[in-house]
Amino acid sequence: MKPAPFTYHRAHDVRGAVESLHELGEDAKLIAGGQSLVAMMNFRLARPSALIDVNRIDALRYLRRDGEGLRIGALTTHHTVESSGSTAALAGFGVLSHAARWIGHYPIRTRGTIGGSIAHADSTAEWCLLAVLLDAQIVVRGQVGERSVAAADFFHGFLTTALEPEEMIVEILFPRPAPHAALSEFAQRKGDFAIVAAAVDLDVEDGVCSAGRIALGGVDAVPIRVPEAESLLQGAPATAETFRAAADAAAAAVEPGSDAHGDADYRRGLARTLIERACAQAIAV
Amino acid sequence: MSGTGIDPAPGEATLSRAGRWIGASVPRREDPRLLTGRGRFVDDLDRVGLLHCAFVRSSVAAAGVEHLDLAATRNVDGVVAAYSAADLALGELTAILERPEFTVTSMPILAGDRVRYVGEPLAIVVAEDAYAAEDGVDAALVDYRPGTAITTMDQALEAGAQQVHAELIENTVLDLEPFSDPHIGAVFDAAACVAEVDVRTGRQNATPLEPRGCLAEWDARDEQLVVHVSTQVPHQVRTAIARCLRLPERSVRVIVPDVGGGFGLKCVVGREEVAAAAVALRLRRPVKWIEDRRDSLTASFHARQQAYRARAAFDADGRILALEADVRCDVGAYSVFPFTSGVEPLMAATELPGVYRVPRYHVRARGIATNKAPTAPYRGVSRPQIVLVMERLMERAARELHLDALDLRRVNLIEEFPYTGINGITYDPGSYRASLDLCEQQLRDEGWYDRRAQPTADGTVLGIGYACFNERTGYGTEAFSQRKMTVVPGYDIAGVRMDSDGTVSLTTGTSSHGQGHETTLAQVAADQLGLPPTAIKVRQGDTDLVTYGWGTFGSRSAAIGGGAVHLAAGRLGDKVRIVAAHLLDAEAADIELVDGQARHRDQPERSLSLAAVAEIAYLRAHRLPKGVDPGLTAEAAFDVLTSGTFSNATHGVVAALDPATGQAQILRYFVVEDCGVVINPRIVDGQVRGGVAQGIAGALFEEIRYDEQGQPTTSTLIDYLVPTATEIPVIDIMHLETPCTFTETGAKGMGEGGTIGAPAAVLNAVNDALRGTGVELDSVPIRPDAVHRALGGNS
Amino acid sequence: MKDLQLITLTVNGTEHELVVESRRTLADVLRHDLGYTGTHLGCEHGICGACTVLIDGSPARACLTFGVQADGCSISTVEGLASDGELSDLQRAFSERHALQCGFCTPGFLMLAEAYLAEYPNPSTEEVREVVAANLCRCTGYQGIVEAISDVARSRRESR
Repeated sequence: MKPAPFTYHRAHDVRGAVESLHELGEDAKLIAGGQSLVAMMNFRLARPSALIDVNRIDALRYLRRDGEGLRIGALTTHHTVESSGSTAALAGFGVLSHAARWIGHYPIRTRGTIGGSIAHADSTAEWCLLAVLLDAQIVVRGQVGERSVAAADFFHGFLTTALEPEEMIVEILFPRPAPHAALSEFAQRKGDFAIVAAAVDLDVEDGVCSAGRIALGGVDAVPIRVPEAESLLQGAPATAETFRAAADAAAAAVEPGSDAHGDADYRRGLARTLIERACAQAIAV
Repeated sequence: MSGTGIDPAPGEATLSRAGRWIGASVPRREDPRLLTGRGRFVDDLDRVGLLHCAFVRSSVAAAGVEHLDLAATRNVDGVVAAYSAADLALGELTAILERPEFTVTSMPILAGDRVRYVGEPLAIVVAEDAYAAEDGVDAALVDYRPGTAITTMDQALEAGAQQVHAELIENTVLDLEPFSDPHIGAVFDAAACVAEVDVRTGRQNATPLEPRGCLAEWDARDEQLVVHVSTQVPHQVRTAIARCLRLPERSVRVIVPDVGGGFGLKCVVGREEVAAAAVALRLRRPVKWIEDRRDSLTASFHARQQAYRARAAFDADGRILALEADVRCDVGAYSVFPFTSGVEPLMAATELPGVYRVPRYHVRARGIATNKAPTAPYRGVSRPQIVLVMERLMERAARELHLDALDLRRVNLIEEFPYTGINGITYDPGSYRASLDLCEQQLRDEGWYDRRAQPTADGTVLGIGYACFNERTGYGTEAFSQRKMTVVPGYDIAGVRMDSDGTVSLTTGTSSHGQGHETTLAQVAADQLGLPPTAIKVRQGDTDLVTYGWGTFGSRSAAIGGGAVHLAAGRLGDKVRIVAAHLLDAEAADIELVDGQARHRDQPERSLSLAAVAEIAYLRAHRLPKGVDPGLTAEAAFDVLTSGTFSNATHGVVAALDPATGQAQILRYFVVEDCGVVINPRIVDGQVRGGVAQGIAGALFEEIRYDEQGQPTTSTLIDYLVPTATEIPVIDIMHLETPCTFTETGAKGMGEGGTIGAPAAVLNAVNDALRGTGVELDSVPIRPDAVHRALGGNS
Repeated sequence: MKDLQLITLTVNGTEHELVVESRRTLADVLRHDLGYTGTHLGCEHGICGACTVLIDGSPARACLTFGVQADGCSISTVEGLASDGELSDLQRAFSERHALQCGFCTPGFLMLAEAYLAEYPNPSTEEVREVVAANLCRCTGYQGIVEAISDVARSRRESR
């Protein structure tokens, strides 16, 4: 399990990385933490002709709050997010540091990055799910400049995204705090990719949900929102009964596939359970 | 090698309470080097001019090979050579049972005109580094003439099915009825209760953390092909290489470095090891092969995929009247050397009655070939399955007879020893009943039965399960001869040498790969020689150093290897006493060896250090008594002449099922275990815990799967779920001691028991938690979706 | 044509300058180019953790990092744990708790624990178990490993 040959290029800034992508052609790939990419390369399932190492672009490691929301630099590691829960930048975004603990294991989280995870686009990945849940903007830079893609439009299918070959993710912008949000997932071994993952974000005041958002991973090729269930949260009391109804509606709405981990019914059941669990955690925050 | 050049000492050792080294938790001699990164595993070896190899492997499960084109491979940058089966023209590995019920098939080292599983090696590519070797593999072109892949036993047995080997009929490698009872049906017809089970167990891979590997090099001075192999059976690897390369055995030397786990997967000879050796000989250059994890999971060896239809007849009091079983084992594509593809069906058929008195027994057991990786013995060999079958039968009968399931076991447990069963096995004394009573008592005392009766705060459902079992260990030559292999393992040989300064080296034919024999065998010898274990260096795993040995498998090393060490060290002690008596002007019978001294039993002031005795024996041999040869060496063989010796245990498990996810979590794991005299309690406990962890893995997590085309779908550790620390609970152990009367040390083997008992205990606990659902699960691994379904989901 | 890179690695305080092929993993560079064979490879896809080393103090899978990526970094491997012939407290605890059998996974667990305890000196047993779950051991059932790390956390706490 040794990777195929490639040429190595180190980028020192975003401009350099994007220029290298342009120069080296479509078979070139960016490498950030490499926790998914290098494994795929070792299996020779991925064979980039060139790797552009962006890890030295320290300017992309930040958690910053401004008027538009929380900005996380693409090269911020999972572990940095995990251990920044009590910082001012993450006020109202505790869900992010909690959710980071679901990602792989400690030595994976110290290397893997939020931008890398979003670019890899596994449908059960925590950041992909939370980006969809919290209406994040994926900020990408190419030769012609920067653009923002709504998370809802970013994930196109199994491991495919709206990212153009010559673009790189530079930032994830979370536009609004989510004080009542939570993520829950299930895998047979803790730390594995989830069979199903659910994340919820509730707007709660005086025991009533004014609105709520529900995202599911592992029930489709991309992380999805479940409007059929979200509508049941709107204006409803923040009670177990409401959450159950929403979870039931979500389970009924999704069309999961079957594989070795379980059939569609099992995944529906997991979706229902995990939504209920996430809702309970969300209002407990 | 970089580093600080340190050689740290192990921790302090103290004698057991009985004043012996046997029974003491001596710190492991192995630990310091392994803890400092100074162990020597095969991939740690390096040579000037070392070449690396990789294998072109079949990408299809069943096909004729039309054409294998290595031209492009040979042109790859860094590739030195590439060879097909025709290029190397090696002999084949043929592992035979001399039984009419066995059909002989052969395993070529490289596949020629036909491939039989995905991952089967077709060509070996040799390159300057491992990266280039894989580039060379990538460049190989193979044209296949696809055949029908046989991926299940049912498919294999269908009329008109494609045969995995032309020699086979109904794809059956072995079909035996070792215990036949044509009138057993009448017993079932008249019985108060007939319990039946239909059990399937998942295919597994033993998954040692270190995959297989070897480094082979030609030594022109010694005229030997020296092969360093990560194996459990060095002498058997030597035989295989010598035969396939048509060399005299003395021209092959197998050396075993530190081995990163084996669990049976490394007790058979790998085709790759032979091919790498052949290439090293041909090129006269050192060649290394290191298996990667994908190949290890898909193309090394598997085990455990079995199907049972079994029934037992009971009287109204719960007494077993008869047992009948049909056993099928999916043995994969080839018969492996030396153990053959018959090892699972043979073990299952012979040992099924287990710890219970079974008056009538009828069994048919088959080994069925499929287009999947071949099977090797894996820790426990069929006993995890047969214990699961028997324990499910017990539970089912108890339910139908409205008896307590543990009382029903008590009615049937063997209690008088030695007991010769209907299977012809003689069981030496054990503590079958006591282990069950104590295990149950423990879980009662801890309040688990009360907790089980109460609803839980988190909505989980608790269940309690047990497994009672024994573990045949110390298979001697006699016991192995019953299998009718053409090579019959059993005895072992140990050698002891005291050098002129009184230091001692010990050689053993066993081959430790995590079991700590450098520590335990030194303890055995220490008691014989009056030396601390730290004064005795154990050497093993080198066919030039050891007269002959069968390696380490089947829980044989402490019982048989330890016996040989005990005898050899005793013989050396006898010679030391003769020399010392002469020098002290005493009778040899009056000399005792204590604390590094040879001293007069009644006049301890008359003493000599062992170093002084040894100096005489070598450097001042003129002072030896007449007729005594110079030097202090001894060798001894030891064998077990009975059916073997049986360890036993009861495992008790409390599991919690989450109805919402179907997840089974183990809240409590308690083992009451009896392996006779414990040589080193710390090491024994480690073996039990590690064994249980592998049993839990088989019960809840691990399964090697293939799709309908015979493509493996579990080729990564992302898909093949080896449990981690969050899945394996704390395992507490209580020891009972029923010494073995015929193993010199009183020790019984115990390396496999943990793995044997765990699947049944876990499955019983899960079924107890499913009580009232009308669902009983009889197969492993237990899948969360099945539990979820049984508990009605979260509706 | 091999894509070759000149890199500098400081391993356990010793600086090494060497030329590596770009695709060579850090694990292979440490093991086969520099002779630090205590770092083991058990899966080469980041699951087993036998190759865990510290890169600039942070735990990392050496199989999921290319050697060239570590250019200029400080690497800690198992060979650096003992000093002056004395096992470290962690190494001693592993032996005392019988936290190793075959020893193949052991260097990875030691480096994992070393990094973890440096960052989190006061873990609960459950937290230790969760971090131990990052790596695979096939021999011990993990109990000794969890106990050894917990022992060290306790004794380091008491000696502070």
